[in-house]
Amino acid sequence: MDILQMIIVIGVLVLLVKPLGTYVYHVYSDEPNRTDRIFGGTERFIYRIIGLKSRDGMTWKKYALSFLLTNIALVAISYLLLRLQGALPGNPNKIGAMEETLSFNTVISFITNTNLQHYSGETGLSYFSQMAVIMMMMFTSAATGFSVAIAFIRGITSRGSTIGNFFSDFVKSHTRIFLPLALLITLVLVGLHVPQTLQPTVTATTLEGATQSIAIGPVASLESIKHLGTNGGGFFGVNSAHPFENPNPLTNVIEILSMWALPASLPYVYGRFAGNRKQGWVVFSAMMTLFLVFLATVYTAEVNGNPVLNNLGVDASQGSMEGKEVRFGMAQSALFTAVTTAATTGTVNNMHDTLTPLGGMVPLAEMMLNVVFGGKGVGLVNMLMYAILGVFIAGLMVGRTPEFLGRKIEPREMKLIAIAILVHPFIILAPTAIAFLTDLGQGAITNPGFHGISQVLYEYTSSAANNGSGFEGLADNTPFWNITTGLVMLFGRYISMIAMLAVAGSLVRKQPVPETMGTFRTDNVLFAGILVGTVVIVGALTFLPAVVLGPIAEHLTIR
Amino acid sequence: MTNSNSNSGSISNSSILAIAIRAGIAFIVLCGIIYPLVSTGLAQLIFPHQANGSMIKDASGRIIGSSLIGQSFTDPAYFQGRVSSIDYKAEASGSNNYAPSNPDMLKRTQDSITAWQAANPDVPISKLPIALITNSGSGLDPHITPASAEVQIPRISKLTGLPADTLKQLVEKHTDGRDLGLFGDPRVNVLELNIELSQLRK
Repeated sequence: MDILQMIIVIGVLVLLVKPLGTYVYHVYSDEPNRTDRIFGGTERFIYRIIGLKSRDGMTWKKYALSFLLTNIALVAISYLLLRLQGALPGNPNKIGAMEETLSFNTVISFITNTNLQHYSGETGLSYFSQMAVIMMMMFTSAATGFSVAIAFIRGITSRGSTIGNFFSDFVKSHTRIFLPLALLITLVLVGLHVPQTLQPTVTATTLEGATQSIAIGPVASLESIKHLGTNGGGFFGVNSAHPFENPNPLTNVIEILSMWALPASLPYVYGRFAGNRKQGWVVFSAMMTLFLVFLATVYTAEVNGNPVLNNLGVDASQGSMEGKEVRFGMAQSALFTAVTTAATTGTVNNMHDTLTPLGGMVPLAEMMLNVVFGGKGVGLVNMLMYAILGVFIAGLMVGRTPEFLGRKIEPREMKLIAIAILVHPFIILAPTAIAFLTDLGQGAITNPGFHGISQVLYEYTSSAANNGSGFEGLADNTPFWNITTGLVMLFGRYISMIAMLAVAGSLVRKQPVPETMGTFRTDNVLFAGILVGTVVIVGALTFLPAVVLGPIAEHLTIR
Repeated sequence: MTNSNSNSGSISNSSILAIAIRAGIAFIVLCGIIYPLVSTGLAQLIFPHQANGSMIKDASGRIIGSSLIGQSFTDPAYFQGRVSSIDYKAEASGSNNYAPSNPDMLKRTQDSITAWQAANPDVPISKLPIALITNSGSGLDPHITPASAEVQIPRISKLTGLPADTLKQLVEKHTDGRDLGLFGDPRVNVLELNIELSQLRK
C-alpha cells in the first residue's frame, strides 16, 4: 500500500506536466492567446499603477537590474513592517516588534524564496505580518524566480532577440499563475479542514477540565502559496506537520503536488521554447531518475527504523516514528521529505532532525545538488547549467567545439558557469567550517556526536539552496546565525541568478551553428545519462567528505 | 517582442527604479492584503466550521477542543495519545528534535516503556507499538495507530469496568481508514474516542 500510494502521486504529477507546461508556455510566449481576454484587463490596470509604459524586451543587464531593484524595494518595506508590527493593526494576539537581526534574517529568507525560519509563527508574527510580509513575499519571490528562469530559457532558445521584459513577466506570473491557483487551492484546503480566520487564539476547556489555548489564524491562504511558490515557511513553528496546516493525508497529497507540479513542468516549458519537446523530456527524466533514487533511499531507511529503538523489544514494525505524525505514516512522510527538498520548498511534515541518519542524508544531498526539479525556476536553470557543462565535457572528450541548442559554448560562458557551480559548495562549506571554529556557532548544536555536524551542515546547505527546511533542533535564533545564514541565502540566490542571466545574454546574441552529422545531440537517452553523471560527479567531488563526517558516520555508530 | 538588444537605453535606470518601488507597493497591497482578505471572506462564507478550526463543542456550546488538535490525557482510564514534548500546549508547537543517536531520546523512550509496564501489566512490551512511545512531529498529533488503541483496551476495561468488546467496537467506530482508501495510514482520533468513552462511563 505504501509503494502504491507513492506511485500514484508520482503518476498524477507526470500527467500534470504536459497540460500545466503548455499553459505556462503560453503565459510567457508573448503570443496572443485566449487567456489574454481573461487576464488582460487586470494586467493593463497593474501596468498603469506601476507606471510601466513599454513592455519591450530588455538586455540581460536591464533585466537583472529590474528584478534586483524590485526585490530591494520589497525587502526595505517588509523590514519596516516587521520592526513596527507591534504598533500596526491586525495584531489580535498583541505580538511585539521583531528584533533587528531576526528581522534581517526573516526578510532575506523570504525574498530569496528560502523561508528559513528562526522565529516561530505563533508567537513571533502578527496576523498582519503573516499576510503583508510573509504571504506577499511568498508570491513575489516565486514570481521573481519564475521570471528569471523564463528569461534564461528565452536566452538559450530564441534567436537574435532579447530575453524579455522583467516587469511584464513578473506581473503575468502573479495574475495568470500564482494568484488564481493560490485562491483555488486555499479554498480546497479550507474544505479539507485547514483554518482561515482572523480570530485570535481559541481557548478550549479539555475533556479533563484543563485549559488549552489553540493558536489559529489565516492558515490556508498561506499554506497554498507556500507550496505553489516552493517557499516553505510555515504559519506555525512545526510547519506542515501541524495538524492545522496539514490535517489529513489528502491535504498532504495536495500540498505535495502544489509544490512539485510547477517545477516539474518547467522542463517541458523549456522544450516548447526550444521548439523540441524531447529536449524538455530529457531534462525531466534526468531529474526524475535522481528523484526516484533519493525517494527509495529515504523510504527504505525510515521503514527500517532506528536501530537504537528497534533493540528495545517493543513492536517497531511501523518504522521510525519519532518526529512523524500518525496520519502520514512512512509513505506520506518519506514522499513529502523527498519532494520538499527536491523542489527546494523547505516545508516539512515530519522533523528532518529526527530522520534516521541515512534518511536525513537524502534531503541534505538533494539540496546540495539543487537540480532535482528545484525551486521556482532555479532548479531548471541549474540543471541547464549542468547540461552545458555536460556538453562541454563531452565536447572535450571528442575534441570538438561544444555546442548547445545550436550555439557555440565559449570561454565566457564556461567561466560564468564555473562561478555559479563553485559558489554553491563554497557558501555551504566555508560558513560550516567557521561555525565549528567559533563558540558562537558551536553553542547552537543540541545533539551530541556526529549528528551535530549534520545539524550545522544542513542549516547552511538549506540556506544556500534557498530551501529553508532545518534540522530544527539547532538553536539558531542568535545574531551569529541570523547574520551568517542571511548572507548565505543572499549569495545563494543572487550570484547564480545574475551569472545565469549573463550566460543567457551572451548566448542570445550568438550566430546559430548549422546542425550537422557531427553535432552532439542533447535530446536522447545518452545525453540524459551524461547529465545525471555530470551532476553526480560534481556533487560527489564537492560534498562527499562533508557527508561522510555527518550522516554516514552517525549511521555507522548506531548500526 | 521587439528587437531592442542593440539599444540598451530603451528604458532608463531611474525609470526602472521608479517602477520597482511602485510595483513593490502594489504587490504588497495585492498579495499581502487583498488576497488573504478575499480568501478569508470566501472561506468563512463557504466552510465556516472548517475555517474556524473544526472545533468540538459540548451540549452547552462550550469548546472542548479541536478535532484536529491532540489533547493531554492524564487519567489512565482514558485512551492516551502519543508522547508530546510540549504536553499538547497548542499555543505553540514543536518537538525536541532528538537525533536518532541522541542518548536523551533513548532515556526518554526507556522511561516510557517502564511507565507503560507499570500501567499495563497485562500487555507484554513486545506488543507496544513504537508510535505510542515516540514524540510526534508537531507535539499535537491528534491520532494514534489502531494497534496503539487496541493495546490500551485491557487497562481501560479494568479501570472503567466496561467490557473489552464494547471498547473494541468503540475503537473500530473511531478508526479512520486511508483517505480515498489509498493515502496515508489508518488512524484513531484520540479526543473523539475519549469523548464517547466519557459518555459511556457516566
